[in-house]
Amino acid sequence: MADVNRGKRPLSPHLQVYRPQITSVMSILHRLTGIGLTLGAVLVIWWLIAAAISPEAFATADGFLTSWFGLLILVGSLWALWYHALNGIRHLVWDAGYGYELDVMEKSGWAVAGGSVVLTVLTLIVV
Amino acid sequence: MGYKTDYARVHGLGAAGEGVTHWWRQRLSSIALIPLTLLFLFPFASALGEGHEAVLALYGDMRHALVAVLMIVVTFWHLAQGLQVVIEDYVHSKVARTALLLVNTFANFALGAAGVLAVATILFGA
Repeated sequence: MADVNRGKRPLSPHLQVYRPQITSVMSILHRLTGIGLTLGAVLVIWWLIAAAISPEAFATADGFLTSWFGLLILVGSLWALWYHALNGIRHLVWDAGYGYELDVMEKSGWAVAGGSVVLTVLTLIVV
Repeated sequence: MGYKTDYARVHGLGAAGEGVTHWWRQRLSSIALIPLTLLFLFPFASALGEGHEAVLALYGDMRHALVAVLMIVVTFWHLAQGLQVVIEDYVHSKVARTALLLVNTFANFALGAAGVLAVATILFGA
């Protein structure tokens, strides 16, 4: 029957006693960057609405986004965007059934982590 | 001890009652966001800090306005799906969970619609 093993299933690892590994840290960061990008998305929408309303409204929104605090959030969002995008592609490759070998998984993790920093710096240079 | 057969259990499409629908839509929106992000990010970041006229000129262009609208719609769709899973994972009280899921859906629809309206206003005002 389907219920025979109920209650005896393995539990997921407890965070406090779980040694951080590149794979687990990458996974946690994927969720955190996804949640964090909400802030960046809201700010961009505020900026677009302000641009559509009036030059005065735009000056307020643009003033905040280009202040040191606004730029800090934007640069953080830029890294989060590249990280989430690259790691999202890593997830899509897994969904297609590839890249599950442990060494490949660790290498792809480091590649995404490094790539997200490189792309963030490159984007800041280009724009 | 349940008396359901394995077939009867899977027939209701699992605990969420929707099978792989949510999973598939997350993949669908994430695939769409790969080209959209690349097309949206660079013109947007270049216009940022260049003043009001630069923003009006950018989204006054039909091509950039189209990319922006698609980017906004798919982003908030993807965001709603992602935050939904986060709420389902960590908020266990049924009342709080249902309330947050409602707020999540409403807020993402509102933000997406506001963004589309803003781009449309700039496009048609240009």
